[in-house]
Amino acid sequence: MSSRRSRSMQSGSSRITEDQITDLVSKLQRLIPEFRNRRSDKVSASKVLQETCNYIRSLQREVGDLSERLSELLGSLETDSDQASIIRSLLM
Amino acid sequence: MKTRKIGADAQSSDISRTEVRWRSESSQRIYSVKLVEALQRAIQNSTPALSISAGSRAVRDVADRVLAMTAKGRTRWSRAILASRRRLSILRRHRKVKKSRASRINRRSKPLSAAAEDRTRRLPAVEKRIKVLSQLVPGCKGAPVTDLLEEAGDYIAALEMQIRSMITLTEIISGSNGERTG
Repeated sequence: MSSRRSRSMQSGSSRITEDQITDLVSKLQRLIPEFRNRRSDKVSASKVLQETCNYIRSLQREVGDLSERLSELLGSLETDSDQASIIRSLLM
Repeated sequence: MKTRKIGADAQSSDISRTEVRWRSESSQRIYSVKLVEALQRAIQNSTPALSISAGSRAVRDVADRVLAMTAKGRTRWSRAILASRRRLSILRRHRKVKKSRASRINRRSKPLSAAAEDRTRRLPAVEKRIKVLSQLVPGCKGAPVTDLLEEAGDYIAALEMQIRSMITLTEIISGSNGERTG
């Protein structure tokens, strides 16, 4: 944790460059499904950031939907510990 | 030039390390088990007949908290999630008071070089996107851009794992439900 802080403080004093930002943005690009298939490096930083935001929003939405679904399913489960341990063993 | 490159490389290896952290089967399995245990505790502790919306929010809170704990305090987003859970309504009131103070501090500590600042100011689209992104990733509102981008990558990988795990859990529970009633 402290090394992380000092690194960012270092970049504060030695100035974050455009190159560093571009570099990180291109790394982010690889995580976004939208751009993973395209091999082009020509995607603008603005577009990558926009798609990153869209993607995060859709992921958060999916978590919300799944939470709702899980809540329904768990509500219909009887609160008996046997079932929970079965589920746990199925996950192993 | 060399020192800055080394810094960037260290950061990039950090990014690939965190990707591996969230994409391995074992980490997903560990998360799933912890999630089930936490959900079980939450069910036992809650009053019966939670409304659907309250139940859904409770599940989400548990899922997010367990996810944040899996991150072991290495990232801003995970620390922010864990911090916000402790004092829910009080914190919301605090946020409204603290907002003005925080924004003043943040403007002072923006560590962009003069040249980079000029360039990004000439690209208001990028500035805007960065601001929006900082609002989406928990705990990153005042963060320097390099941190924000690193956090976003880690957060995305973590969310994807969370989703894979919750889907699996959903299938298992609905499968076992079907067996019981069938």
